[in-house]
Amino acid sequence: MSLLPYLTAGWIFLVGVHGIATSRNLVHAVGCLAVTQSSTYVLLLAVGYRKGATAPVFSDLPTDAPVVDPVVQALALTDVVVGATVTALLLALVVQTAKRHGTVDPDELSELKG
Amino acid sequence: MTRRLRLWVLNAGLLATAALYAAACTGLPGFGGSRHPYGDRAVRTALQQHTANAVSSVNFDQRAFDTLGEETVLFACVLGTVVLLRQTRGEKRVPPEPAGVPAALRRYGLLVLPVTLLIGLYVIAHGQLSPGGGFQGGVVVATSLHLLYIAVDYKALERVRPLGLFELADGTGEAAYVLLGAAGLIAGSAYLANTLPLGTFNTLSSGGTVPLLNAAVGVEVTSAVVVLLAHFLGQALEIEGEDGDAKDGGRTA
Repeated sequence: MSLLPYLTAGWIFLVGVHGIATSRNLVHAVGCLAVTQSSTYVLLLAVGYRKGATAPVFSDLPTDAPVVDPVVQALALTDVVVGATVTALLLALVVQTAKRHGTVDPDELSELKG
Repeated sequence: MTRRLRLWVLNAGLLATAALYAAACTGLPGFGGSRHPYGDRAVRTALQQHTANAVSSVNFDQRAFDTLGEETVLFACVLGTVVLLRQTRGEKRVPPEPAGVPAALRRYGLLVLPVTLLIGLYVIAHGQLSPGGGFQGGVVVATSLHLLYIAVDYKALERVRPLGLFELADGTGEAAYVLLGAAGLIAGSAYLANTLPLGTFNTLSSGGTVPLLNAAVGVEVTSAVVVLLAHFLGQALEIEGEDGDAKDGGRTA
């Protein structure tokens, strides 16, 4: 079943979006966003996979060895680190929301407070 | 809109997205196939540029400008978090009480700390040769410092972590990347072009500007993670609201 890895990525994405939309807690919503984002890693690495190939690092490989696509690996790598810091920024926003409004339930955050 | 209605709208949207996505997947090249036009070209260029780790070559040579953008997102996130997690009016800093640590945990932590630090530095330094680089190694180095918090206490972590210096290092890492790019212009080529001698394939000094950009990213990621964790730990352990409870500081507002 050669479509399974792509469909898995889509499934992780949809589960994450569903989690964000139905979330009753902002910390949980940020966690779901991280899940949504991790679907891109699965998709990228699935696109770059080549059967019978190894990692694109030639320090102990002959230079003509079959390797998987390094471009998508580079994308996934920066994505992981940047995603972690974006999560930190969002959690900092949640900390401030909790301090100002005394709640982290998005449904209770309907009114504006100065 | 009631919650129930919202759920229906959401599920309809998700189902439609799922159907379109699944249809799109059938048009993708098969999983594990042998046709990777970009990958093949990237590998060829990496070998031409004497960079054994093709992923590092893509990140710091072929797509170095994109990495500058990603690094800037990282820098902006750290800046935003630092601004958001400042001590606000009506809050005070209370030094946390030292907590007891089991002797076994203390021994293990102090044993693992130097090993972790060394692995982190190794991973940064060998980014152009073996799997790793500034992004991964930076996180490992920052983690090693925080083993001190787990194995000893918060005070010990604060002593090895002069926050001002790490904030400065974060900016320096970002600036170093930008300036290394400008060096390409001075050498008479394009911005972030790999203008340094490429060295011998599979040695520490190979890859031209790759190891330098890698080190700049390593410095930035290390200090970014340290600064982020410092501010979250400060919120959790040090900063208290007026009623004296950090967790419920805003409940009365």
